Amino acid sequence: MNQVITKRAPFVQAEPSHLNTILASHKITKEDHKNILSILERPPTLAELGVFSAMWSEHCSYKSSRVHLKKFPTKGPHVVMGPGENAGVIRLKDKLCLAFKMESHNHPSYIDPYQGAATGVGGILRDVFCMGARPVALLNALRFGEKSHGKSPWLCEHVVKGIGDYGNCVGIPTVAGSTHFDPSYNGNILVNAMACGILHEDKIFTGSAAGVGNLIYYVGAATGRDGIHGATMASASFDDTKEEEKSAVQVGDPFFEKLLLEATLEVLEKKLVVGLQDMGAAGLTSSVFEMASRAGTGVFLDLNQVPTRTVGMSPYELMLSESQERMLMVVEPKNKKELEAVFQKWDLAYNKIGVITDTKKVEAVFEERLHVDMFVEPLVERAPLYRRPMKPREASPCKSPEESWQTLFFKENLAQMITKLCGGRVAHEAIYEQYDHEVGLRTIISQEGGGASVLEIFEPSCSPQPVGIALAANCLENYCGFEPREGARQSVYKVARSIIATGATPLAITDCLNFGNPEIPEIMWSFSEAVEGIAQACEELGTPVVSGNVSLYNETNGKSILPTPMIGMVGLHDNPVFAKRAVCSGKDFIVYLLSYKEKETNLAASNLWETLKYQLPRQVLTPIQSEAEEESSNFIRSVVKEETILAIKDVDREGVLPSLLRLCQFTGDIETFCEKEKNLELYLAGIVGGYLIALPPFFEESFEEKGKDLQKNKLTKIACVKKEGDELIFLEERISLFSLKDKLQKETKELFH
Amino acid sequence: MNTSSQIAIIVYPGSNCDRDCERAFKDIFDIDLLRVWHTELSLPKVRGLILPGGFSYGDYLRSGALASFSPIMNAIREHAKKGGSILGICNGFQILTESRLLPGTLLRNSQNQFICKKTKLISSKKDSLWNKVVSEKVLNIPVAHKDGRYYLDENGLKNLEDNDQILLTYENNPNGSVNDIAGVSSLCGNILGMMPHPERAALSNRQASTDGRKILEYFLSRAL
Repeated sequence: MNQVITKRAPFVQAEPSHLNTILASHKITKEDHKNILSILERPPTLAELGVFSAMWSEHCSYKSSRVHLKKFPTKGPHVVMGPGENAGVIRLKDKLCLAFKMESHNHPSYIDPYQGAATGVGGILRDVFCMGARPVALLNALRFGEKSHGKSPWLCEHVVKGIGDYGNCVGIPTVAGSTHFDPSYNGNILVNAMACGILHEDKIFTGSAAGVGNLIYYVGAATGRDGIHGATMASASFDDTKEEEKSAVQVGDPFFEKLLLEATLEVLEKKLVVGLQDMGAAGLTSSVFEMASRAGTGVFLDLNQVPTRTVGMSPYELMLSESQERMLMVVEPKNKKELEAVFQKWDLAYNKIGVITDTKKVEAVFEERLHVDMFVEPLVERAPLYRRPMKPREASPCKSPEESWQTLFFKENLAQMITKLCGGRVAHEAIYEQYDHEVGLRTIISQEGGGASVLEIFEPSCSPQPVGIALAANCLENYCGFEPREGARQSVYKVARSIIATGATPLAITDCLNFGNPEIPEIMWSFSEAVEGIAQACEELGTPVVSGNVSLYNETNGKSILPTPMIGMVGLHDNPVFAKRAVCSGKDFIVYLLSYKEKETNLAASNLWETLKYQLPRQVLTPIQSEAEEESSNFIRSVVKEETILAIKDVDREGVLPSLLRLCQFTGDIETFCEKEKNLELYLAGIVGGYLIALPPFFEESFEEKGKDLQKNKLTKIACVKKEGDELIFLEERISLFSLKDKLQKETKELFH
Repeated sequence: MNTSSQIAIIVYPGSNCDRDCERAFKDIFDIDLLRVWHTELSLPKVRGLILPGGFSYGDYLRSGALASFSPIMNAIREHAKKGGSILGICNGFQILTESRLLPGTLLRNSQNQFICKKTKLISSKKDSLWNKVVSEKVLNIPVAHKDGRYYLDENGLKNLEDNDQILLTYENNPNGSVNDIAGVSSLCGNILGMMPHPERAALSNRQASTDGRKILEYFLSRAL
């Protein structure tokens, strides 16, 4: 393999207008080109140009976001591995660790929702298992356009099918997440996939090309032409003038992924490899450069050895294809035979495609010509770093209606208004019933009622007792649209509260920062603000950011999405078998609201505001009170230990009334204590830092007694529920729950015909 | 009685629920299932076999179709011929119908979607051993499948009924199965197949029903 190659592939040298076209199609700026010439000290070959294009794309290099991401707190007593690896790793207990990360697959999912979503799941699973972690849970956070808007039902149906088919076939339960619909996503949907895997602290593998003389093996599915320049596609906006970029969407095969997963874990158990890396965005290129960069070594690749499923692939295509379900493994020559035996057992395509050198270069040969010959360091060190201009967005002029919101609310029939208030979130079951959420036997509660999921992990080799984890992924994008900093802060708290509500303690987060065009100063400003809001919340909650992803250019025809910093959080549960659900029915119970003592309601960007068609005067988001949150989470923790508590559900933007109905699963006889003049806002507006707590009637007195010690929070009795019946009694009107639920389910059916 | 290695579990490349079955049998009955890889040509000496849920060969063609041609299939047929016990769960059930060891066929769910939810099953079998072990009339056991719609022609159905081969039926049919059939047994009763997952309603600390144990117990009673 180490023959001396003297023949080179031709350089890209053309007369200016032609050269400009080539550079433009690779999204390489004039500045970038100058740097390339200076790094190589010669013009690049076509393959090298492709390498720069992919590695310096927004998706791979984070050029617009890197400077801001530095603001995240990334360290903590639980953090074993922070950002920079394939996934973040935290210690749960003893030697039991959890690797987790969230990734976006927004652009491909808009073009081919089934494959885009499926391959998003595949990619994030590989990020986790190539660290040596056995995946135990999947989450997804989805955002679609208005339900009535053209493509939305089709996109939703196929994204959900894609995620379900992939996750179910690989056999990893999809346990939690969130799905929202909003007009701002009409032209750009969001598909953020998160995976969690378990591993032993002393057996964490990294993607490092260590050991000069070690062999590089390719294993998995054969390489085809799918997904070439997927990374560059994800780094640009859509517009009507472009043709559909369907060839840039990767195609996935979950069965192959399952084979690859089992083979990988077997190979790691047998201690046959010293490093591994999955091939994701920018395929072979990014894997090889990242591995070499981490180890400070060089790599010699023989592209002739890459298993292909299409004839006549060029070296350019081989370097950049994003065919799915492939990995690179670094193995010492003595383990070669045993490694190959495992691949054969699992029927995977494999070949030795390279060797680790001490040249500190990546050299790639194809048909006796050298197509890539570059030093690793400059590619990484001299990747573009932008400090894009930022400008605070001007508050859009708000209507100042002549009537108060109360008057507006009562203009329509009460039953209709309540249906509208509840309709913002589609009935969860229709979506999560398409995901196998129980395979693996670890799921204790999954996201019924839209709460967090709790799993019990039992790995005696890592920790003698079972350990509980709570998982959730969500964002309050409407709040972020109003005030990116406070909105992002509230998003982190919201996810934390859904975890605390189960009885768990938040430990760390991963994120997916979905934003519009960073070249627009107001968008860049909102990104920077959101990062600061997240950083603030993470400092306050003690939950460092251990991994994450940035997705920019979520824009179509100049219209950007709402700033959507998706937060994926992991919590530790001491007693997972007794985790609290967010739903309760078939019993008699009382519901209390635990909220701040004052300034606990929020009208700005709330569900109510949206239902009234945004007809409220300019409001400022009611801010989080971090000390009150600390008190309430301690209260919840102490109260959860009482087995008598039936359910706990976090409340925020949606408001008390819709949350109450979801808690009760739209059944029973629900008597509320709402009075028009006294506490209408408490029931209808958004709530900051709130929890609904359901308990049996006999516990009422002792519960109120507990509440007396609260200083920054208060308990308010919200409803009395009887198991027999089908009515909501609100402001002396009786509303049939059956017809309410029926209307909501009809809405959902229209999405999944 | 050392019941280890008396029950084998066939593991295909795409099997997903094999470890779940192992866990259930270990935790509840202290039985270690013997893992048998699909390329084996013979079975070790066992009294019972489990075909677990999953996507055996990716469900290309039809769920369970390719598995019915797997190398281990002959050994499974031999075991069945000799009256050995078999329990096929979900994909396992599909494999048994595809290989004609059980009557009927499993088609795409009528709503054309994967469905994962708790279901209530009505105990239908009437034989004395079943009634002794599965004492309840209604069992809470979850389903998780896309191709779970059981179908059999009229004559076949009549035979099933006449010969007490229907194990369980759905109280609220989640997939359009004919006559709400959720699980059946072979004529001799040694081969059992069902779409719901008994191993998912078995562990004691899951905030879920443990009715699945009864099915596993019934299988063990027949096998051992």
